[in-house]
Amino acid sequence: MGFFLEVLIGGLMTGMLYSLVALGFVLIFKASGVFNFAQGAMVLFAALAMARFSEWIPGWLGIANPVVANILAFIIAAFIMFLVAWLIERLVLRHLVNQEGATLLMATLGIAYFIDGLGQTVFGSDIYKIDVGMPKEPVMVLQDVFAGGLLINKEDFIAALVAALLVAALALFFQKTSTGRALRAVADDHQAAQSIGIPLNRIWVIVWTVAGIVALVAGIIWGSKMGVQFSLVTVALRALPVVILGGLTSVPGAIIGGLIIGVGEKMSEVYLGPLVGGGIEIWFAYMLALVFLLFRPQGLFGEKIIDRV
Amino acid sequence: MARQIGEVILDLQNVSLSFGGVNALIDISFDVREHEVRAIIGPNGAGKSSMLNVINGVYRPQAGEIILRGEHFRQMNPYKAASAGIARTFQNIALFKGMSVLDNIMTGRSLKMKANIFQQAFRTGVAKREELEHRAKVEEIIDFLEIQHIRKTPVGRLPYGLQKRVDLARALAMEPQILLLDEPMAGMNIEEKQDMSRFILDVNDQMGTTIVLIEHDMGVVMDISDRVVVLDYGKKIGDGSPDEVRGNPEVISAYLGASH
Ligand SMILES: Nc1ncnc2c1ncn2[C@@H]1O[C@H](COP(=O)(O)OP(=O)(O)OP(=O)(O)O)[C@@H](O)[C@H]1O
Ligand SMILES: [Mg+2]
Repeated sequence: MGFFLEVLIGGLMTGMLYSLVALGFVLIFKASGVFNFAQGAMVLFAALAMARFSEWIPGWLGIANPVVANILAFIIAAFIMFLVAWLIERLVLRHLVNQEGATLLMATLGIAYFIDGLGQTVFGSDIYKIDVGMPKEPVMVLQDVFAGGLLINKEDFIAALVAALLVAALALFFQKTSTGRALRAVADDHQAAQSIGIPLNRIWVIVWTVAGIVALVAGIIWGSKMGVQFSLVTVALRALPVVILGGLTSVPGAIIGGLIIGVGEKMSEVYLGPLVGGGIEIWFAYMLALVFLLFRPQGLFGEKIIDRV
Repeated sequence: MARQIGEVILDLQNVSLSFGGVNALIDISFDVREHEVRAIIGPNGAGKSSMLNVINGVYRPQAGEIILRGEHFRQMNPYKAASAGIARTFQNIALFKGMSVLDNIMTGRSLKMKANIFQQAFRTGVAKREELEHRAKVEEIIDFLEIQHIRKTPVGRLPYGLQKRVDLARALAMEPQILLLDEPMAGMNIEEKQDMSRFILDVNDQMGTTIVLIEHDMGVVMDISDRVVVLDYGKKIGDGSPDEVRGNPEVISAYLGASH
């Protein structure tokens, strides 16, 4: 029982991170109707900015305190993600309004390569460290409930908590503020939203900025675990099955899909792994996504895909 | 009627619009005077909706001019039109389906909201006060259109007639000077049509809103409009008071020729 719970909790914690990255996809898809291939590049770019600025700031400003340096680096990185969003709106989205979905898709592919290149040019292409003081040692909890207690990875726990808080804050923002309302309106019907005076351009900048900050947080979490390097781009690929499962248009879908995939991966690894050989964790999510594509292409919560006339 | 019809507020000159080979509008000119109810009629596919879409910039005409309060535009865009005081409803209701009636109508206040995103996120006094003010205005509109009982309902669950009313409410929330209505009574029964006609006349009368209206029901059109434009296959074939238009032989033949 204790072991099962450990696996479950481990899965939920990883799943929460998947949810966070998936949320980035869903927000952009809802607001600008485009599947954003650049999400992974944004994660890497944001993490690079964070890593490099936290490294540079002590030298530049003579700030020795690593907490202050990290906070400053975070603010700068967030601002950079805002600039990226603003530029993408100005230079790309604005000119492609009302174009075919495929055109927009290609455009985000282009954006992805551009951001990758820019990141390496400006920030370098080595492996960099992000050290936000994540505790590395595991802790034992609930010793008196289970024999042996539950072994929990503190770093994963904090990461999951941060991800959950961010997701909750965003959900509140979308439900409770007038900008949130405008965002939902744009997601529902571009034309009607514009016709009542909601500025599409500003909404896009906001959504892409939010997706950029989500990418930054994901980048910090993964970057502090495995270092900031090119492979961070693939973090976004791991969220792909999540959005297929949850549905591209559903925020709750992204969250629940992430948790399902996180738990599914860990469970399959532990309980099926010995039967089919290891490595199942790597392909489990994709297989699940494939099954969904075949039988329920709109995902668990997505709207049924119908061609608009 | 008490209201005073004023100067020309919106003037369309030689507007042409085509989609590939289809000429939706061919060299159309007409004007709209302040405070009047101006109807656009014509058989299916005549170009009525296209005309409204040109006025608020959903469609961009290939030729012609849109003159709004003396300012000349080659084409509008929907945001600019909204900022200039033009509100509209859509023929195929374009409400935000996932949202409640109240939220839908609140979106109509977007242009008047001034609190910035940080004030909203941290719910500062400014943002809260503003939300309350706009909410009060929206409640007035809800009372006016007699939809108090459904204010919390997701619009997707409402019957068609009520959705049309919410669509009007959202447009009214913008406090527009010009209101474009694309078949506000389509698919309604007689009683609903009467209600809707009354609301439209009240808006025109009490708020002084200029109204451009597309409607198929001739009885309604003749009842509530001051002047009527008639389109057929993208051409203007009549323009004048309801009586003039009714007596116009070209209009009569267009209507007899088309199946209705
Ligand atoms: N977006 C579009 N793309 C292509 N053709 C269009 C488009 N919108 C309108 N048309 C064409 O333009 C012509 C006029 O259409 P419009 O919708 O303006 O007519 P309408 O008078 O509003 O008709 P109805 O009474 O059926 O609403 C039609 O032939 C229509 O097929
Ligand atoms: Mg029409």
